[in-house]
Amino acid sequence: MSYKIRLLKDRLSANIFLELSLFSILTVVLIGYGLYYKSSPILQQDTLWHLLSSTEWKPFKNEFGFFSYIIGSLAVTGIAIIIALPLSLLCAIYIAEYAPHRIRQILVPLIDLLSGIPPVVYGVWGVLTIVPYIGDHIAPHFVDYSSGYCALAGGIVLAVMVFPLIVSILLEVFDTVPKELKEASLSLGATEWETTRKVVLKKSVPGIIAATVLGISRAIGETLAVLMVCGNLPMIPHSLFDSVYPLPALIANNYGDMMSIPMYESALMLSALILFVIIFIFNAISRLILYRIENRS
Amino acid sequence: MTFESPHIRVKDLNVHIGGNHILKNINIDIPDKKLTSFIGPSGCGKTTLLKTFNRLLDRNKDVQIDGQVLVDGENIYGKDIEVTSMRQKMGLLSQRPFPLPMSIYDNIAYGPRLHGTTKKKELDVLVEHYLTATGLWDEVKDRLNGSAARLSIGQQQRLCLARGLAVEPEIILGDEPTSALDPISTQKIEELFLQLKDKYTLVLVTHILRQARRLSDYIAFLYMGEIIEFGPTEDILLRPKEKLTQEYVKGYIS
Repeated sequence: MSYKIRLLKDRLSANIFLELSLFSILTVVLIGYGLYYKSSPILQQDTLWHLLSSTEWKPFKNEFGFFSYIIGSLAVTGIAIIIALPLSLLCAIYIAEYAPHRIRQILVPLIDLLSGIPPVVYGVWGVLTIVPYIGDHIAPHFVDYSSGYCALAGGIVLAVMVFPLIVSILLEVFDTVPKELKEASLSLGATEWETTRKVVLKKSVPGIIAATVLGISRAIGETLAVLMVCGNLPMIPHSLFDSVYPLPALIANNYGDMMSIPMYESALMLSALILFVIIFIFNAISRLILYRIENRS
Repeated sequence: MTFESPHIRVKDLNVHIGGNHILKNINIDIPDKKLTSFIGPSGCGKTTLLKTFNRLLDRNKDVQIDGQVLVDGENIYGKDIEVTSMRQKMGLLSQRPFPLPMSIYDNIAYGPRLHGTTKKKELDVLVEHYLTATGLWDEVKDRLNGSAARLSIGQQQRLCLARGLAVEPEIILGDEPTSALDPISTQKIEELFLQLKDKYTLVLVTHILRQARRLSDYIAFLYMGEIIEFGPTEDILLRPKEKLTQEYVKGYIS
């Protein structure tokens, strides 16, 4: 093959790769634009501030307030991360730093398996075990009445779902800490735990942040399992045992059903856009933090 | 070659890693307050032997260690041994410097803090002392709270040496500590090693014969997991008895 043809192939492939990459990035932009376009009717009818801050949700009277849905989403996600992050950290530390090789070989595939279970199975599990347990045993200690279909149930189910994701990212993060760095700490007379706490965790802070943000993004967008257990009443929760109605559940429950109501589709598209923006903001914040950390060291 | 009261005595040491016989019947005495070098071709087991001295080797999987390593007469593979306090006696300098992910000050203070020195004043004194001892003080005194990762690689290696000295070890293990350094930084580390010989027992793994010659009092030549010859530097390099040693120091095998 002549040199020219080989060179041509080289240039061609570089161009094709570039275009393919641009195309996939373009998808994100197109989704964002599409959501904006579809939700613009309702944005012309009401101000954005009114839509975001109002709790009135009366589609028949043409009133759409997203505040309780946004709070619902944030509450469920927040509970999930508060439960899942410490557990994932401890689990990943154990597997990466302490577990004998053989136990690691058993644990890691099991955790990966957890992330392969379909959301609907988690949802059913939540309905059958978590919801009645909260309703019968936990909630009575704190509130007068709770059906068990509540923010806490959604948070627990979500926590179990994001746990394997966070653990597997953390394992990769911990594995990137050089063995020699740990040996340096150990050779100064540090114990394994001191080494983990002061060296491995410290070195892994950016990775832990990244894992958390990915966990949040995953949790906030999760639909089916959450909508099965959290009650789906658009209200501002006053305790862990009140029902919430997260944004994805709103879309999944209503899209295609009541399209005869004017503005309804537009409102649902706006809720998708809000989700999109929330995830975007989380990612931007984490990028910023990572950038700061990398610049400091 | 044996010594009356060696600092480290290795007795019938055999190491298997993943079924491979890496170290074979090692018996060697490391003399007190001298610099002993391990030389030999890549893969001969010299680093493995060094890492049996502070028990970092047995953290790896599939490692089987038989035999004894006596430090001050005590078998560090014995049942009652406290591994952390034993390791504290052994400073380690690795092939590339690995500063801890913290400031220059905290790198030095890391060890003393672990072992109970927490007063700021005492730590200040220690930090200045050990940075001075390794010739770093004037270079870094204005940025003690800056990240250690920002130092040049030669400075980092001296920082790692200072960090190791700050826990008051008796033995310093060097695993080809200059292999990643430029010639000037190498020279600085070598000068430090020569100074440290008075106070510490030094064990150095190196594949640079000239470095072994410049620094060591004794040299052990390893080949395929065995100690072929061990003796004073001049004897090994200039008048080797074994044929393998002769071929190695003349450059016929590597």
